[in-house]
Amino acid sequence: MTVAERTPLVELRHISVAFGGVHAVRDVSLDLYAGEVVGLVGGNGAGKTTLMRVLSGAHPAGAGEVRVDGKRVTITNPRDAKRYNIETIYQTLALAENVDAPANLFLGRELTTRLGSLDDSAMEAETRKVMGRLNPNFKSFKQPVQSLSGGQRQGVAIARAVHFNARILIMDEPTAALGPAETAQVRNLIRQLKDEGIGIFLISHDIHDVFDLSERISVMYHGEIVGTIDKETVTPEDVLGMIILGKKPDEVTDSDRAAIELRR
Amino acid sequence: MTNLAEAPSQPGQQRSGAGTSIRRLIAQTEIDVRLFGMLVALAVILLTFNVLSGGTFIRPTNMVTLSVQGAGIAIIATGMVLVIVSRNIDLSVGSLVGFVAMSYALLMTDLLPDVLGIGPDFPFRWAIALAIGIGIGAAFGALQGFIIAYIGVPSFIVTLGGLLSIRGLVWYLSNGAAVSGIDRNFQLLGGGAQGSLGGTLTWVAAIIGCLAIIALLVNSRRQRRRFDFPVRPMWAELLLAVAGCVAVLGLAAFANANHWPQGLANRIAIEQNWGPTPEGGWQVQTGLPFPILLVIGVGLVMTWLATRRRFGRYVYAYGGNPDAAELAGINTRMTILKTYVVMGILCAIAAAIAAARLNGATLDIGVSYELYVIAAAVIGGTSFTGGIGTISGAIVGAFVMASLAYGLSYMGVISPGQNVAAGIVLITAVGFDTYNRRRGS
Repeated sequence: MTVAERTPLVELRHISVAFGGVHAVRDVSLDLYAGEVVGLVGGNGAGKTTLMRVLSGAHPAGAGEVRVDGKRVTITNPRDAKRYNIETIYQTLALAENVDAPANLFLGRELTTRLGSLDDSAMEAETRKVMGRLNPNFKSFKQPVQSLSGGQRQGVAIARAVHFNARILIMDEPTAALGPAETAQVRNLIRQLKDEGIGIFLISHDIHDVFDLSERISVMYHGEIVGTIDKETVTPEDVLGMIILGKKPDEVTDSDRAAIELRR
Repeated sequence: MTNLAEAPSQPGQQRSGAGTSIRRLIAQTEIDVRLFGMLVALAVILLTFNVLSGGTFIRPTNMVTLSVQGAGIAIIATGMVLVIVSRNIDLSVGSLVGFVAMSYALLMTDLLPDVLGIGPDFPFRWAIALAIGIGIGAAFGALQGFIIAYIGVPSFIVTLGGLLSIRGLVWYLSNGAAVSGIDRNFQLLGGGAQGSLGGTLTWVAAIIGCLAIIALLVNSRRQRRRFDFPVRPMWAELLLAVAGCVAVLGLAAFANANHWPQGLANRIAIEQNWGPTPEGGWQVQTGLPFPILLVIGVGLVMTWLATRRRFGRYVYAYGGNPDAAELAGINTRMTILKTYVVMGILCAIAAAIAAARLNGATLDIGVSYELYVIAAAVIGGTSFTGGIGTISGAIVGAFVMASLAYGLSYMGVISPGQNVAAGIVLITAVGFDTYNRRRGS
């Protein structure tokens, strides 16, 4: 890989987030290059989601800085993040359940007529176009999204993230609620987006997913980065060890290994 | 509401009417089944009273009086929908109505003539007073909205405080006195024989209304064709157009079946030199009262705000999922603040009707409005879980309450009995709705 010579798309530098006295994220630095997927793994409460919420503007960082294209940026709310083409697919999907798919897709960025009224027809047409590409079976453009299946709702959330020329995509457990066919679809989409030069942070519990899709894998443990490793240089077992023990593969002792065996 | 989009359909073509169950036929018209059901319930209430009263209840005079009585509640209820949809409440509306009504009375009697030098002869005094009242309402709304949205005090607490303190301010405003003496033009806002459109203008308004319905249907069909979306079958479009026009024209005919009282007509005829009195005295059609016109106007504007503007979209999205709205980059605080400003403006309009009807203001004008307004919104299908509710539903809800109150008093039931009935209807309506929703989902 020659990524080191290029300017990273995103540089997170010494990011810390504290809730009260608890450090959810502590002094984390991480890079993301255009056209790569960085897998972000770790146990529950390791700080993956909180770290990504800083980048998507959902939660302010207590300390540290964010650079986009090498320039320092201030992201204090989701609007700021979207201005830098940072789009997020939240684990909760963050859909307004009571309105339809087009309204969700364009939430906060509605298309309007010249007089400033909502142009629902235009939004529905755009939604039909983007959903036609992502999920041709999707037909429910008029119902509140709460009446849709988990896969369809996920589709709406994904469509919203990719429709607005995202350059940086944060995907928090994008396949957790999906069946096998839909999961395969999302994997294909990730590869396709990567080829288009989009940088993707992929949070997942599924080690195999992460190995399959990402170039580099960052492991978080108790709010800190254990290490960011090249996928080619490690095995899934090594990564599992990092997640469980919070140690790099070469720091793991025999007794640690025994402990893992016991837990299995 | 409708699950048409799920049905297999060819873009740009009419859906086949293969399945002809009534349910499907209704679905094809894409009418709001809920609203339709409520209109049926309203009709049942009116017909029941008509039977009980031996056929005298559904007469134009009764219907007009009833509607005018419900107008203020209906107007404020449209705003309460947005407040409740965005997971808040406003308990201060009654006190705010009282404060603004007292302001109108004082403006007319003291402030406009004495301070600004605008005497009773100035023709647009009513408009100046109304503008100031709306400003006062909006200011109170903005203040409460700011405390709720930006400081984060729960709306129940803020508006409960508003309920108490604004009502107290009414007393200070007039030093505890009732004030009377409203401008004659302003009084027209309260309805009555002269505060109505009159026969000819009512027909004109009705025809404009019919044309607007047809224009809306044509425009929406053209819009959907332009994007190759499925459209309603032609029979459904025609049915909607005919039903809408019949309803509008029927309303106009009904309003025009009212006539000025003979004495008033004769007096005005002499004052304005209408010439010799015809056989059987002057017959002047009353037409639509101004308060009803205000309800229709407010209903249209509020529906437009709720469904066609970003503000409305954000109110509903926030109500459906506050986090999602925040994460979508919506300025949720400003959205909430605006709902209270809208509320203040609507209170000022309702206060104008109340002050005009009373020809002044008493200390207790608007007392317990908040309860009727909330009840109207809830009977109209607004849900306290947030995100659900329609403007039209709230207006129908207000008229359900007004019909019930007027009908019971027409039957000689005293006001405590009316309250018992209103409470039972409220619980029944919501219970029925909850049952239906649960079955539906």
